[in-house]
Amino acid sequence: MDIRELQGYASFFMTIFLVVMLYGYIIYLYRSEKKGEKDYEKLGNIAIDDEIDSTPVNTSDSVSSEKKEQNK
Amino acid sequence: MQSNAALEYDYSVAKLFTITAILFGFVGMLIGTLIAAQLAFPELNYLLGEYGTFSRLRPLHTNVVIYGFTVSGVFATFYYLAQRVLKVSMAESKFIMFIGKLQFVLYMILAVSMVVTLLLGITANKEYAQMEWPLDLLTVVVWVLWGVAMFGLIGMRREKALYISMWYFIACFLGVAMLYLFNNMEVPTALVAGVGSMMHSVSMYAGTNDALVQWWWGHNAVAFVFTVPIIAMIYYFLPKESGQAVYSYKLSLLSFWGLMFVYLWAGSHHLLWSTVPDWMQTMGSVFSVVLILPSWGSAINMLLTMKGEWNQLTENPLIKFMVLASTFYMLSTLEGPIQAIKSVNAIAHFTDWIPGHVHDGVLGWVAFMIMAGIMHMAPRMYKRELYSKKLVEAQFWLQTTAVVLYFTSMWIAGITQGMMWRAVDEYGNLMYSFIDTVTVLHPYYAIRALSGVLYLTGFLMFAYNIYKTATAGRKLENEPQFRTPMA
Repeated sequence: MDIRELQGYASFFMTIFLVVMLYGYIIYLYRSEKKGEKDYEKLGNIAIDDEIDSTPVNTSDSVSSEKKEQNK
Repeated sequence: MQSNAALEYDYSVAKLFTITAILFGFVGMLIGTLIAAQLAFPELNYLLGEYGTFSRLRPLHTNVVIYGFTVSGVFATFYYLAQRVLKVSMAESKFIMFIGKLQFVLYMILAVSMVVTLLLGITANKEYAQMEWPLDLLTVVVWVLWGVAMFGLIGMRREKALYISMWYFIACFLGVAMLYLFNNMEVPTALVAGVGSMMHSVSMYAGTNDALVQWWWGHNAVAFVFTVPIIAMIYYFLPKESGQAVYSYKLSLLSFWGLMFVYLWAGSHHLLWSTVPDWMQTMGSVFSVVLILPSWGSAINMLLTMKGEWNQLTENPLIKFMVLASTFYMLSTLEGPIQAIKSVNAIAHFTDWIPGHVHDGVLGWVAFMIMAGIMHMAPRMYKRELYSKKLVEAQFWLQTTAVVLYFTSMWIAGITQGMMWRAVDEYGNLMYSFIDTVTVLHPYYAIRALSGVLYLTGFLMFAYNIYKTATAGRKLENEPQFRTPMA
């Protein structure tokens, strides 16, 4: 197997790997929102409510910590 | 950090880059219009001796519109909107303010040096990478300073989540940094071998490898300068101007990663039917077609953001600019993949269809978004109403007509050219000589030159409108929340 053939296989398998990663990310996004761990859609408000003295849309790194706090 | 009621966003660096965007936009488009006219009327080549020839002016046109106009527009909008979506002011850090101003000063020195050296014919001879090695080094400094300002602001932010526009700006910064370094690996001949001028260099790569690296860069200059930061702009300015949050934030994240994943592999479509390995050409083709998905993901997300608010399209000319910009983005990201299909490329390659494709993207998408962004920012930066709504409306229709004339004339010219080059008679002899194609294409070249005049006129109207806004617009008591006020 020469170097060019090897490059071809490397490119093919890396593509497959990245496709799996991308689909995994899609599943992660929807699943975490469904479980109530994250709320991605509220982040759209960052552009709308962007005054320097307005309350940040997302003050903590994840919604889950807020939820856990509330559930205590 | 405690929130301070008296604290305001500081737009001094954004204002500086806004001025350079307008200045370089005018110069770049003026040269573009001149060289379009030169193709239709060759005697125009001899107006300014060697400095006025097509070969000298064409790289000047591309470099000034890319690195002068577009990059200034990217910096201007970044220094405006990054503060807002991070909820932090440049005024809060003397260090970041200094970095921003230093970046502007060095950028101006770089841009002026670029114009002078290219006019003098000093060039590295790589498309969209013509600047010679000393200017490349200065580019790295300017770019790193931008990174320092960007990550400095991110480090100070009150808004913990990074808005999608910031993701795109970060991608622009990292993508260009990586690609620029690889493509500009060059050997200054005077320093290394004692041969030639101090300004001269040769590429570190040879032959096909050089072509591959060149188009890895060339195509991704389109990706990370003409696409990624412009998406950053539309994800902020369209929601803010319309008062509608982005239709689907998850779709924006998916499109982002999809674009990052696919775009980097598509560059080899510039080398179809050449000496690069066949699998690499096929990969470039396939990835170009797949690229439709993330591109349309962003564009459709923008159009759906206007759901239920389409009345704004008739009432607000800035919404018109932005909706048409995302529509042209859809058009050019469909056209590009079609041209990257091997059989289509056999006809399209080296023809006028290619600049036709580039210009429906840059005139209709990139420049429309930068101008819309500046028109949105100007009343907020100068605390004055936009000077004239009628002028914005007239500019919109003039420039839209110009873009349509440009790409339709080049579609016809390109396909005619491609077909004529390939046409053979019953004995297999070529039917046409080169001059036959030139004669046939002349009317289309004249239409393109006319479209350049129209677009440039629209740009002058825009520049006048912004100048009058800054100096004579009606003063605003409060910053407008959404819709840009205009007289």
